[in-house]
Amino acid sequence: MNSVLFRRLQKRVAAFASAALFSLALLPGFVLVSALADSAQALAQTAPDRFVESLSNDVLSRIRSDKSVQSGDFQQISRFVDSAVMPHVNFERMTALSVGRAWRQASAEQQKALIAEFRTLLLRTYSGALSQVGDKQVKVRPFRGDAAADDVIVRSEIVGGRGDPIQIDYRLEKSGAAWKIYDVNVLGIWIVQTYRDQFAQEVSARGIDGLIRSLSEKNRQFEAASRS
Amino acid sequence: MMTQSLFRWFPRRLAGVAAALMLVLSVPVQAQSDSPTDPLESLNRTVFEFNEVLDRLLLKPVAQVYVDVVPETPRRLFRNFVSNLLEPWNAVNNLLQAKPSAAVSDLARFAFNTLTTLGLDDPATELGLVRSNEDLGQTLGVWGFGPGPYLVLPFLGPSSVRDGIGRIGDIGMDPSRKISDGQEFAVFTAMRFVEQRATLLPMERLIEGAALDRYSFIRNAYLQRRQNLVYDGNPPEPKE
Repeated sequence: MNSVLFRRLQKRVAAFASAALFSLALLPGFVLVSALADSAQALAQTAPDRFVESLSNDVLSRIRSDKSVQSGDFQQISRFVDSAVMPHVNFERMTALSVGRAWRQASAEQQKALIAEFRTLLLRTYSGALSQVGDKQVKVRPFRGDAAADDVIVRSEIVGGRGDPIQIDYRLEKSGAAWKIYDVNVLGIWIVQTYRDQFAQEVSARGIDGLIRSLSEKNRQFEAASRS
Repeated sequence: MMTQSLFRWFPRRLAGVAAALMLVLSVPVQAQSDSPTDPLESLNRTVFEFNEVLDRLLLKPVAQVYVDVVPETPRRLFRNFVSNLLEPWNAVNNLLQAKPSAAVSDLARFAFNTLTTLGLDDPATELGLVRSNEDLGQTLGVWGFGPGPYLVLPFLGPSSVRDGIGRIGDIGMDPSRKISDGQEFAVFTAMRFVEQRATLLPMERLIEGAALDRYSFIRNAYLQRRQNLVYDGNPPEPKE
């Protein structure tokens, strides 16, 4: 190697190392402080976050013990989601919010079609992730909102394996004594908000039936692509 | 020597990018956009199409070959090395955002990972020091600047006026040009681009299946993601 370049590189590595050494001196204090903060937070758990925690752990362990879900077969995953996840989701509300103002003008049949097509779209999009849970764990962040509220956000993280934690948050509503999920975000991106623009765009260009047609076309394309 | 070259380089580049930005902003655009966050939609869509074509013809095929040829382990070491170089800049931004403990954590990560593995691995995470993800655009956001109009930058993709300005600072402060300049820097930068594109490959299928309109899907996701980053995962509730 070119010796001038090598010396220059050496000098720079040395500069980085000394900066590194300096900041290392600050390390022990920080680790201690963050450990104390974590244990204080653990005491503050309340109902909606517990709900999310037990639901996610339940779903994760069922996926791990279910070979048919891991295989990635769409029919199996669809059945699994219907039995394990959907009872805890207000999917009608989720669809209504995504469709926005046009929802109220839609007939009962149109609403039913929208719900069905949207469900298939989301299932197709996210079913791939279900087969990759591996040894991942869910860490629910302590709920800091109003404990008496019946509309809350619970934040969680998927951790484990390599790579940075993945933020997943839920919007929940209280229905009777139970909590129901009506929106989910991954890395800060809410599903409802993401679809609201696109759906509004479609409705204003082609009407509600046009939106239903686009959704079902999209689903059929996807189906054809995954078969081939 | 380092600072000298930085100063020599920075204003010139800054002026160039600023001029380009002004040019982009001054192009008259018909107000036909439905989205209040995207008054430049028709221009943005044109740039978006350009980027898509460029990606299809060049970037994506290169990234695909790269993924097929380079095993995951060296790729991970390279990613770690790059993000370790950015830790001091994370710390500066955290400090500017009045988060001194996060800044200390960034420096501790930098120290520990550099001394143990030259930044090629990330043992600091196992110690509970979580990697932060900061940049100047986020700092400006914390200081109260909204994103402004959404922008699609040629080659660089989704951005906003605020994040575009932030990006100029990020590029100016990028330490990789201090490790080596000239050809090595060019190769290193190219590798970073390819690696970054490669990590997005799995996401492609997802967007393909999920989006009715790729453009507005990506715009919406980008703006939400940035808002989320500005608030470190705790953005205020949007008004319904």
